[in-house]
Amino acid sequence: MAANKISFKRRAELTLRDMKRGIPLYLMIAPFMILFFVFVVYPVLKAMWFSFTDYNVLEKANFVGLRNYQKLFLDDSTFITAIKNTFIIAVIVGPGGYIMSFLLAWMINELPHKVGTVLTVIFYAPSMAGTAVVSVFAQIFSNDSNGYLNAFLRKFGMNDPILWLSDSNYVMIVVILASLWMSMGVGFLSFVAGIKGVDEAQYEAGAIDGIRNRWQELWYITLPNMKPQLLFGAVMTITGSLSVGAIGDSLVGFPSPNYATHTIVNHLNDYGSLRMEMGYASAIAVILFLIMIVCNGLIQKLLRKVGT
Amino acid sequence: METIKRLYQTHLNKKKSKDFTPFVKKSKRSFWGNVILGLFLLVMAVAFFFPVVYMVSQSMKPMNEMFIFPPKIIVQNPTLNNYRDFVNVLANTVVPVTRSLFNSLFVVVIGSVGHIVLASLCAYPLAKYKFPGSKFFNQIIVYSLMFNASVTMIPNFLTIAGLGMLDTQWAIIIPGFASTLGLYLMKNFMEQIPDSLMEAAQIDGAGYVRIHFTIVMPVVKPALVTAFIMVFQSFWTNTGDKFIYTEAQKGFAYVVGQLASGKITGVGTSYAGISSASAVIMFAVPLVVFLIMQNNVVSTMATSGMKE
Repeated sequence: MAANKISFKRRAELTLRDMKRGIPLYLMIAPFMILFFVFVVYPVLKAMWFSFTDYNVLEKANFVGLRNYQKLFLDDSTFITAIKNTFIIAVIVGPGGYIMSFLLAWMINELPHKVGTVLTVIFYAPSMAGTAVVSVFAQIFSNDSNGYLNAFLRKFGMNDPILWLSDSNYVMIVVILASLWMSMGVGFLSFVAGIKGVDEAQYEAGAIDGIRNRWQELWYITLPNMKPQLLFGAVMTITGSLSVGAIGDSLVGFPSPNYATHTIVNHLNDYGSLRMEMGYASAIAVILFLIMIVCNGLIQKLLRKVGT
Repeated sequence: METIKRLYQTHLNKKKSKDFTPFVKKSKRSFWGNVILGLFLLVMAVAFFFPVVYMVSQSMKPMNEMFIFPPKIIVQNPTLNNYRDFVNVLANTVVPVTRSLFNSLFVVVIGSVGHIVLASLCAYPLAKYKFPGSKFFNQIIVYSLMFNASVTMIPNFLTIAGLGMLDTQWAIIIPGFASTLGLYLMKNFMEQIPDSLMEAAQIDGAGYVRIHFTIVMPVVKPALVTAFIMVFQSFWTNTGDKFIYTEAQKGFAYVVGQLASGKITGVGTSYAGISSASAVIMFAVPLVVFLIMQNNVVSTMATSGMKE
């Protein structure tokens, strides 16, 4: 309350004083921040402005108010499908990938260093190989009887191959599985590094204080000590699982059969890269951005409860 | 300066003494818990390693095995012919492959090292100090991770063109510096450094930059390594084809990409072998860097014993 009583002039003076003291700090962040504002913030603001225009790359952008947003929610049923699909994928791949990355990182930490390093590499490998791995999924789920999964099912007496990559009932499962496979990315690496950094003395103290098994140790010591990494992993998971799209693109093609795996990012690329309706695409990007911010807020609240 | 040296020395000693401790007492691990975790890890490791095994096996298949029915996962008569062909084709490109390799090396080294230096310099003040605007900068960095990059491409292209960087390596390097992912990761790890460590150094008269390089950087080494792997990978796989048009300016990733899609060798099944070999080569380089770096982390786990 006391802060409110300080006059505006006094507050400005205090801020100025703090700023003067912080000059070396400003100088430290300046090189990165300048680049950041030029190459990230400015384009984002520009794209936000585009979302209120009919910009199509070739012609001058005209202000159209909220028309893009209106069209998205009222006239574009494909977009509604895309939102639905994105949420289905994100609800499974997000928490699934997050919990899996954490558990695997935690288990790796229980092993000797050398074995742990090898396993870290193995789990991270699909993310590192990137697009090269997608062809493996394509081979596994291939539609013709050439596909491994179908060949496997044939052995058990199923003679009609399942069209994993073109039957709209199955494509979603395939995309989710492939996304989970690729979900051990940077978040996983930060977990591995973070767990190793937890002070060993705390485990000893915990053992004396009556922590009986590794599960209690995980909840009362490891997790609370890793909040920064958990937060980082959460942001990675949110951005990753809500932007699934490229995997579906290369596995089941674009557009996906009956729009069965059409996601927000697919919709965005459709308008942004194919139809060049930048204004409309920007509006989609802004909506995706808002969804991510809301999710991030919710998950930060959840993470605060960890270890209590 | 004495305090810094002393603190760092005690820190090193702690690490040493830890290395010689044969057993840190943790809470009890039950036998069945070990079995369940071990089995789970094994199953997951097999599932995650499968794509890599497949990729390598595929690259060693002779042509007649590549299109065999039913497909075999493991190669029957392994051959290195695909790799030989890959090297042969590369040796005969119009622009010597050494040139594109040099271009890539230039981008990867300058880009990765520069990014780590600039981003870590920016991460440290944001993680540990409060100054007018610090909260704003922290927020905007998290949010910047959530905006889809495909709609910011046009403003970015115009900026890069305006700065006269088109058709040079700088069009990849400079915007790459501004990637916030590595910065956010490093910042989250730096938040865990105890304030007392830096206060002591400050009393001794060390400036922020000095503290950064002598204390902060060594302590967050695991995060630096993780960030380095990430940024290395993104520079290594960046083809830069939107900004670079002269063949002699293009990088290795671009040349290999063209090769793999059959644009150099001519379309047909004949390039399938070369393509699979190139996928392994592109994957192997970041993998080797990852292994070297990861090994480094294991022996210098910095944060242990330093928590408050």
